[in-house]
Amino acid sequence: MLRKLHIKDHTGEIRLFRQRAIVAIIIIVLIMIGIVGRLIYLQIFSHQHYSTLSQKNRLKIVPLPPTRGLIYDRNGLLLAKNIPSFSLELIPEQVKDIDDTLARLNKLMPISDSDRKHFRRLVKQKRRFQSIPLRYRLTEEEVARFSVNRHLFKGVSIQARLIRYYPFGEAGVHTIGYVGRIDTRELQRIDTANYSATTHIGKLGVERSYENELHGQVGYQQEEVNAQDRTLRIMDKTPPIAGKNLRLNIDIKLQTFVDKTLGEYRGSIVAIDPNNGEILAFVSKPGYDPNPFVTGIDSKSYAALRDSPDKPLFNRAILGQYPPGSTVKPFIGLAGLDAGIASNSLFCPGWFELEGDDRRYRDWKKRGHGETNLDKAIVESCDVYFYELAQRLRIDKMHRFMSLFGFGKKTGIDILGELPGLFPSREWKRRKRHQAWFPGETLITGIGQGFTLTTPLQLASATATLSVDGLHFRPALVHSIQGTNDPEPILLPATRYKSVLLKNPQNWQRIKRAMMNVLHGSRGTARSSAQGASYTMAGKTGTAQVFGIAQDAKYNAEELDKRLHDHSLFIGFAPFEKPTIAIAVIAENGGSGGHVAAPLARKVLDAYLLGKGL
Amino acid sequence: MITDNYTAANRRNYSLSESLHIDVPLMIGLLLTAALGLVILYSAGNQNEAIIYRQLTRLAVAFGIMVVIAQISPQQLRFWTPWLFAIGIILLIAVLTFGEGKGATRWLDLGFVRFQPSEIIKITLPMVLAWYLTDAPLPPKPSKVFVCIILIIVPTLLIAKQPDLGTSLVIASSGIFVMLLSGIRWRYIFTAMLAAVAAAPALWYVMHDYQRQRVLTFLNPEQDLLGSGWHIVQSKIALGSGGLYGKGWLNGTQSHLEFLPERSTDFIFAVYGEEFGLMGILVLLSLYLFIIARSLYISAQAQSTFSRLVGGSIAITFFFNIFVNIGMVTGLLPVVGLPLPLVSYGGTSMVTLMIAFGILMSVHTHRKLLSQ
Repeated sequence: MLRKLHIKDHTGEIRLFRQRAIVAIIIIVLIMIGIVGRLIYLQIFSHQHYSTLSQKNRLKIVPLPPTRGLIYDRNGLLLAKNIPSFSLELIPEQVKDIDDTLARLNKLMPISDSDRKHFRRLVKQKRRFQSIPLRYRLTEEEVARFSVNRHLFKGVSIQARLIRYYPFGEAGVHTIGYVGRIDTRELQRIDTANYSATTHIGKLGVERSYENELHGQVGYQQEEVNAQDRTLRIMDKTPPIAGKNLRLNIDIKLQTFVDKTLGEYRGSIVAIDPNNGEILAFVSKPGYDPNPFVTGIDSKSYAALRDSPDKPLFNRAILGQYPPGSTVKPFIGLAGLDAGIASNSLFCPGWFELEGDDRRYRDWKKRGHGETNLDKAIVESCDVYFYELAQRLRIDKMHRFMSLFGFGKKTGIDILGELPGLFPSREWKRRKRHQAWFPGETLITGIGQGFTLTTPLQLASATATLSVDGLHFRPALVHSIQGTNDPEPILLPATRYKSVLLKNPQNWQRIKRAMMNVLHGSRGTARSSAQGASYTMAGKTGTAQVFGIAQDAKYNAEELDKRLHDHSLFIGFAPFEKPTIAIAVIAENGGSGGHVAAPLARKVLDAYLLGKGL
Repeated sequence: MITDNYTAANRRNYSLSESLHIDVPLMIGLLLTAALGLVILYSAGNQNEAIIYRQLTRLAVAFGIMVVIAQISPQQLRFWTPWLFAIGIILLIAVLTFGEGKGATRWLDLGFVRFQPSEIIKITLPMVLAWYLTDAPLPPKPSKVFVCIILIIVPTLLIAKQPDLGTSLVIASSGIFVMLLSGIRWRYIFTAMLAAVAAAPALWYVMHDYQRQRVLTFLNPEQDLLGSGWHIVQSKIALGSGGLYGKGWLNGTQSHLEFLPERSTDFIFAVYGEEFGLMGILVLLSLYLFIIARSLYISAQAQSTFSRLVGGSIAITFFFNIFVNIGMVTGLLPVVGLPLPLVSYGGTSMVTLMIAFGILMSVHTHRKLLSQ
């Protein structure tokens, strides 16, 4: 065996090995060239591509939310502000024993089971070094109590962030609206880049319609992050540009007074400066506190608001469409004067009959008003006179004339969702109802019943137009806008619509005088409301039927369900000589206009003109 | 007597390195690579000095063991070979019965030391093959080849069962390299390669789920960005963004911002590529190539078949480790958890590697004695 070993071809084996070793080194060199080729591809040819990826890995663009613009009233009182809200937050990475910490915190402030549950869920979702909120909206006392003991709680801190707050609560809600969390529908509408750091968006009112101005411009911060997304340092920063501040035309003192004055009534009061369309007060009752909506109202409270028979969420000033009743009479009268057919007087027996029809159209005053001219018809609100006048004017002429004052059309107010109301015409009825127009419908249109519907805002705007002899302004809630870089607020100029022109401008005075006598005349339907006034006012009462009463039946307020009572309306303006305020009042189911709506209007006018009660 | 004279005659010519049985060029190559490795590790370990000290200790121990091994002559090694291999196999069986480790059972705890028995096999498999092949003329006869294949397959399967795909791959390869170097006819080699390609699909069915996942991820890393695909994608970004000259030492963003996983161990090459660029990589590859070439040269100079085969296998296996690691990091090969020799942070494999180089040094420095 050993011998055999020695015999074997020693040099041959060495040669064989060297051959193989050379093959091996060749293959190794080839593979290394392959590796270098791969590295050339990665590091030279794809360098740009991977450099970009590496930058993307490393740098994170963090959007910074802009501070939302503030909303002031016309006198500079804050209506919507951003207040710090304190939340208690934990960084799990820094807290040794979470259960123990929670138990100790519970001695300082109540931590409910739902807080704990919410917190535990977030702990699972977020990274260990991220701050996780445990309690929201701490009271000042809780903040203070924690601050004193803060050294005992490592990894626990109080974080402040800004939330929207409406100090005037429900008095302003239908005007200012509120902001809430951005929902999916809004997400499709907004510029997602500009809203990348924003959590809330205007939902209603001015907050919604002036969202673009209020929101501001998002800022950016470039951060270097590691693979766990932990921020290591800030590389670059573009600060956000705060939203613009708004100044409203609303006088919040007047508005809260109006809100208080309406009291328990459901309804609406809108007051406008007729010289420029500025809305001085804009109230819909009942209102609701917008503040819970900002942080997310709980479903039970929301359901209570939604299902309340008083419909507090419903903005009556622009959405409530009411029959205007007798408040249209000054306008119809003006139409008659302009058409030259209202000069005669007639005898009012308490009813009116169309030729060839034995149906009787009744006057509210059963015994009738006797000999009645236009002025008396307005002062005493004679229905028969206006049946006659409407019949002679015909529906289309009334429609054309009333449209000039904005009846049946949106006023163009600077908040969204307004309804147009309705002033009927033959064409409208054919188109919408597929029916011919009946002469009887013309009559009841003449006293503001039938198809006619108006919103409180529309009535106020029409009254304003009338009070200044046809000057027609768009009603506006926002007065001026001021951005952070604007040295002066930028005024939003009043928008003037086409003025109402009469063939004989003296007719303005005649109608207005009649309206003055509604209050100051000895037989005026609202004469009790003008008692002791130190200024002169003008107006017209209205009572709109909610419930149709059969012919010859007696309207008995006490027997009827309260919700079927007539709506009480009043329109008016003051001072008579040079009007500075025009007003529309609707008190739902209030009964007669002279008894409810007119006294309410008087209080508002006193407040505005004399400062009474503010 | 003759031996005595000879040693006496030679003694006066011996330098320190010769009397310590050290091959100076190989030693310089290893030391330079290890030093470069420490520089990279300092950056990869986020400038944690404790890591450097631990790695330095390991290097010192490993180089020490290398020097000790170098003192043992190849004949003695050859004498102990079958026994060492047998112990390795027994320990492998033991580890499968009562081993420990997370997920895979690789470790054996002997009370005073914890180690992976597969490391013993890494060294002794090539040795046992060389030992078996030396007592007959080369190239080996088919019957010998068959026995060799059995000797390779048994430990490979035992380790694959742990499961440790990477190590079993390296061990099987180190055995195959011995066979190739032994002069097996090329036609057998090509037939075997064809058979391996044909058998590859069958391999799919015996693989663990996580191993299959790795193969799938390798084929399409972008598909699994948050899972194992993350490794490959991030390491390619690290290398690619390094460019020609790199981002500079300690300036790698991929590694320092923790995007690169396993950056001190299996993916340390990506850290290096990011910070030192293609130029730096060429330096490291040159060092490796020098070590491999020197090792093959030493093997070719060896006088016994046993030494030649063992030395050659060590050289090629060393390269194989490098190739698998860099191939994985550059996205050329699937993710197989193999460290980059001399650079990656870690203990056991470093000691094994240096034992192997100790054997090479022994082969070279005992040569003159053998030639008599």
